[in-house]
Amino acid sequence: MSDRQSRIRKIAKGVYAIWYREIKVFLREKSRLISALFLPLFWYFIFGQGIGSIATVPGNYNHFIFPGFLAMTIIFSSLFNGAYLVWDKKIDFLKGVLISPLSRTTIFTGKVLGCMSDSLVQASILLIIGIFLGIPFTFVSVLLTIVMLFALALGLVSLGLIIGSFMESPEGFGLVASFAVYPLFLLSGALYPLTNLPKWMQVLTHINPATYAVDGLRSIIIHSSSMPFISNFLIVLGFDIVLILVGTWAFNRMKL
Amino acid sequence: MNFFENNFYFLNFKNRSYFILQMDAIKITNLTKKYDKILAVDKINLVIKRGEIFGLLGPNGAGKTTTLMMLSTLLKPTSGKATVNGFDVLAQPAKVRESIGMVFQDPSSDEMLTGYENLKLHALMYDVPMKEIDQKIEKVLALVDLQGRKKDIVKKYSGGMRRRMEIARGLLHQPEILFLDEPTLGLDPQTRERIWEYIERLAKEMNMTIILTTHYMEEAEKLCDRIAIIDHGKIITLDSPENLKRALKGDTVCLKGKNLFLDKLKKLPFVKKISKSDGFVQLTVENSAKNLQKLLQFAGEVDYVEVHSPDLNDVFLHYTGREIREQAGDEMEQLRTYTRVRQNK
Repeated sequence: MSDRQSRIRKIAKGVYAIWYREIKVFLREKSRLISALFLPLFWYFIFGQGIGSIATVPGNYNHFIFPGFLAMTIIFSSLFNGAYLVWDKKIDFLKGVLISPLSRTTIFTGKVLGCMSDSLVQASILLIIGIFLGIPFTFVSVLLTIVMLFALALGLVSLGLIIGSFMESPEGFGLVASFAVYPLFLLSGALYPLTNLPKWMQVLTHINPATYAVDGLRSIIIHSSSMPFISNFLIVLGFDIVLILVGTWAFNRMKL
Repeated sequence: MNFFENNFYFLNFKNRSYFILQMDAIKITNLTKKYDKILAVDKINLVIKRGEIFGLLGPNGAGKTTTLMMLSTLLKPTSGKATVNGFDVLAQPAKVRESIGMVFQDPSSDEMLTGYENLKLHALMYDVPMKEIDQKIEKVLALVDLQGRKKDIVKKYSGGMRRRMEIARGLLHQPEILFLDEPTLGLDPQTRERIWEYIERLAKEMNMTIILTTHYMEEAEKLCDRIAIIDHGKIITLDSPENLKRALKGDTVCLKGKNLFLDKLKKLPFVKKISKSDGFVQLTVENSAKNLQKLLQFAGEVDYVEVHSPDLNDVFLHYTGREIREQAGDEMEQLRTYTRVRQNK
């Protein structure tokens, strides 16, 4: 076998190894799965009924916020995955990984794919519940929704891992991640239209990848958005590229 | 080229040139690690041969773990050079990591995975051929007697089982060199002896170079072919356990009493060294059977005498003037940290 082939095989097995571990742990911790699903549904029903009675949005308010809750699931689960990285540092699991022949970039890739799988499984379950709740999905819009959620998860998982790579304690991570999670969620247009916000807040919404994901999802689910799906999707991909590059750099400089 | 320079030397014999493979597993030259102002490792020089069990013996904080971390590329040396399996730790870290296995002092497996899953994860990371993974896992599990528990999650293992599983993990990819950092720290005496058996067995069966750190004298004495005694980041002495003890040239005489005439004792020609610890006076005495009576004549009011042939503890005392046992407090502290980390998860 050529040198190049064996190198590619080693990288592929390394990525698979890290992914394998993430998925096994995720599927074993049922409480994580349940709480991740419960939170958006809880918001959907309570917030949907409460605000829905006074809000003026295009069409049905529950239909309007459903894309927002899909994005919320991705935002929360993706970002908080970084906390597991901090735990891995603390229990010396990470030492065991870093001492293996895998490169830091390979480890980062495996970690991103593993965490994305977690997030996407959670979002997919919510998506299925949405179909039963009567959200007007079609076959094509379900596919496009998954594509958009995939793109959003890619960037936000990277962001979570970037924060995790810098933090030493899970408590510190929680603090910093909350600072990222709530603006990402509340300034994404998930709960209300962004058009009437003050100027400075609008600026913030424009540098938030979740804004474009939510807008893109709305364009295909309720056919009401400020930009077409494809422009939104490309902008989210742009955020992804930046965050992946920063993440790779952060992993390569990470110390124990 | 680097590999070549590190591993071969040139020999000219009867007008023919030969390149001879050098059989050193590890070669350390002036290796130093400095944290801010503390010298954790101070210009260590060391050559470890292939196939030997080599011990780094010293109290906590002596620089043993720091040395291992540098050899395994997890820490960058401040200065100096080290090659592991012929590869430079700074220039070829990936090659070094492929050559070694490591069992850390603290648990480093995933508690939520089963023993089997932890081992599989490790096999994938080290590029063990897919077809051989299951078979190799069975083999190492058999070596540490854990086949029956491979489907249980590690959280349900006892401390000793977890350590055994991690030793199995370190062996799985058949590394050239295996590092064991305090392999029996925090384990009960029976488990400790079993782990010693496993280490001896694998050294014999797999012909592996093993480097272990320990601050247990019995452990070093039982397992190691050669021992480096390390204190304050420096290697104080290095030899086989037998030679280290023989080098003291005498037996240890332990005295207790009131108003002992230490000055007089010092002048006796057969008394090599005097030190005090725990209210006892320890003397290294040549030919104690013959000289003991004379010694006692000069000693003063003696309440208690004990004579024994030197053990490694005496060796340590001889070179450092301290007992390694005095570090017991630190060990308890370490144990507490260990349990804390485990409970936190």
